[in-house]
Formats: sequence, C-alpha cells, structure tokens
Amino acid sequence: MGDRERRTVFVTVGTTCFDALVKAVDSPQVKEALLEKGYTDLIIQMGRGTYVPSKVSGDGTLQVDYFTFSPSIADYIRDASLVISHAGSGSIFETLRHGKPLIVVVNEDLMDNHQSELAEELATRKHLFCASPQTLGETIQEMDIETLNPYVPGDAKPVVSLINKFFGFPDD
Amino acid sequence: MGPDVSMAVCCAFPVLVSLLLIRFAYVMYHSGHMPSKLSASAAGMRSLIVLGSGGHTAEMMNVVTTLQKDRFTPRYYVAALTDNMSLQKAQVYEQSLVRVEVDKEEGVENAQFVQIYRSREVGQSYITSIATTLLATSHAIWIIIRIRPQVVLGLGWSSIFYIESIARVKKLSLSGLLLYKLRIADQFFVQWPQLQQKYPRACYAGRLM
Repeated sequence: MGDRERRTVFVTVGTTCFDALVKAVDSPQVKEALLEKGYTDLIIQMGRGTYVPSKVSGDGTLQVDYFTFSPSIADYIRDASLVISHAGSGSIFETLRHGKPLIVVVNEDLMDNHQSELAEELATRKHLFCASPQTLGETIQEMDIETLNPYVPGDAKPVVSLINKFFGFPDD
Repeated sequence: MGPDVSMAVCCAFPVLVSLLLIRFAYVMYHSGHMPSKLSASAAGMRSLIVLGSGGHTAEMMNVVTTLQKDRFTPRYYVAALTDNMSLQKAQVYEQSLVRVEVDKEEGVENAQFVQIYRSREVGQSYITSIATTLLATSHAIWIIIRIRPQVVLGLGWSSIFYIESIARVKKLSLSGLLLYKLRIADQFFVQWPQLQQKYPRACYAGRLM
C-alpha cells in the first residue's frame, strides 16, 4: 500500500516466435504511448523469439520485465489492465474470458496467414482492437477501451445435441 | 473404420487423410452391406478425438466436456508429437472424471492417449512438408488400424464429425475443405454464420469458445 496503483500491460506471443511484436513493444514510441495512457508496468512473454527487450526499473518510467514461458499465463492475464497478444485463438479467448481489454497484433510473417481472420472479425464486433507491429503505437494512442463490447462465451451444447441427434440418442 | 465416432478440429490433416483412405477402402470392400448407423451398443461408442494445438484443443475439449461420457466411450485422444500441452489437458480432464466416479474400477482405461507426427510445423516450408505429410499420414493410418483392427475387416461403420476451428471465419482450412468437398464428414460444423453461407452443407450451431 502507499504506492500508486499499478496498471500492468501484459504482452504474450504464446508458443510462437514473434520478434516483430516484442521489438514493437520495446520501442520508445509504444512505451511512451503506454505511459501516456497511464500504464505503469510492461511484462513481456517472448516465447521462442531471439530479440531480448531491455529490463527497466525506476521511478516515473514504464517498468519493463520479460520472460520466455510460464505455466501460469492466466495469472498474468488476470493481473493485467491491458493485454497485447499475438493472433492465436488460445490467447485471444483466454483474454476475452477474463474480460480484459485486448489489442491483437497479427504476425504478417506467417505463411498461411489465416490468423488475421479471427482477429479482424472480433475487431469488427468491437471485442478487441487489431493492429500490426507497425501500427501498434498509433492503435494504443487512439484506442478508447470504453468502446469495447464484452464477449459472451460460446456454448458446445448445440453441437453436442446435434451429434446426439445423429445417433438417435435422446437429448438431455 | 477406426473408432465409431471421430471428431476433429483442424490441424489434424494426417488423421483426416487416413480416415478418408480407410473409409474408402472399407466402402470398396463392403459396398452393398452397409450396417446401420445405430449399431452403437449400450456399451458406448469408441471415439477418436483429434486434438490440434493451442486454441484448437480448447475448442475440442469444450465439446468433450459436454458429451455424455457413458455414450462416447472409450475415448482415444490423438495429438501431435511436438505438442506437449494438448494430451496433458485431455489427461487432466479424464483424471478429473475418474475422481468423480471413484467406485468405478475401469478408471482411465476409458481413455487412451496417442501421439502422431505432424504433417507440417508452423513456419515449415511447403517443399519439406511434402515428405513430412507422407510420413505423418502413414503413421496415422497405422494408428487408426491399430486402435481398431476389426474395423478394416468390417465390423462397424464409423461416423465422422468435423468441427472447423473458430479461427476460420472466411475460408475453410485445408482439412476442412477436403472433408467438405469430398463429403466425408457426416456432420460438418462451422463456427461463424458467414462461413456457413459460403458452404451451405455445413452446419452452424454457434461458437465453441
């Protein structure tokens, strides 16, 4: 207590290698944009990437820390005020389930880049913001978290009841 | 034909290709003697559950946790060799079931866990993926035959349910496209209405995530 409230930004690349995102969040432009928006801490999960961001600690500046992998990604998401994630559906839905504001950064270097489909659809429905490594700074400056709609999780029951119906099982 | 029920979310290319091949062989061998789909006995239906990596496993586990476990048993979970997380998630879930039904001796025998080669890793080049796909497909055929050898001799007709991943909004995955075009799946689910409009034989029954 006594310290001013911490507002943490959690960056996650999942199990992938996404140096372009780690470099982008480690850039002065993005860090300044985050500070301006009132965030105090930046925690980067860098996965299999080789670009190592610089750790920063001290007063009046954005605190930066990083790690490669952790079995408790959910805890970091729960403690975050903002999540910046790669476009993997696991990370996206984990964040939405926790009701956290989310910016998805699409990895444009992937070969069969269908990943942007999901992020763009959910951005159209205003469940998250969508950016590229180049536009991340701008997206942070321009975003208004209040405009996001909460995500109502899906339900497997209709699919399962159709499978049951197929076999002639009673629905229950 | 492998287990009686197969369910897959995408990223399961080798398994799906093998299912296709074995089903084709089965139909050729037994044309004219198609057993009823409702041959499912009271003992339950052997179910092959194909797990993808990352988010796909979460989608499939949402289906598995909703399924009536006594109807869909035993369950064979399949995941890639390089995927450490998916089978672990399935194992954790199956163990939680055992704990609930302590008095039942059968326990985890209701569930088995199988690893297969992947046809292509994320980022792998298309040229080398031809070889790895062939390897993965032969391995998948071997596994499907091993899990249910009588099937190839024609004991049961299997049903295939395919659920396209929620990550596919505008276009089907390669596995999905193959199963859709060749009408392999008995039921083909997509998770976005706009995808259903594009592929009218698909069924939209909401999102899994």
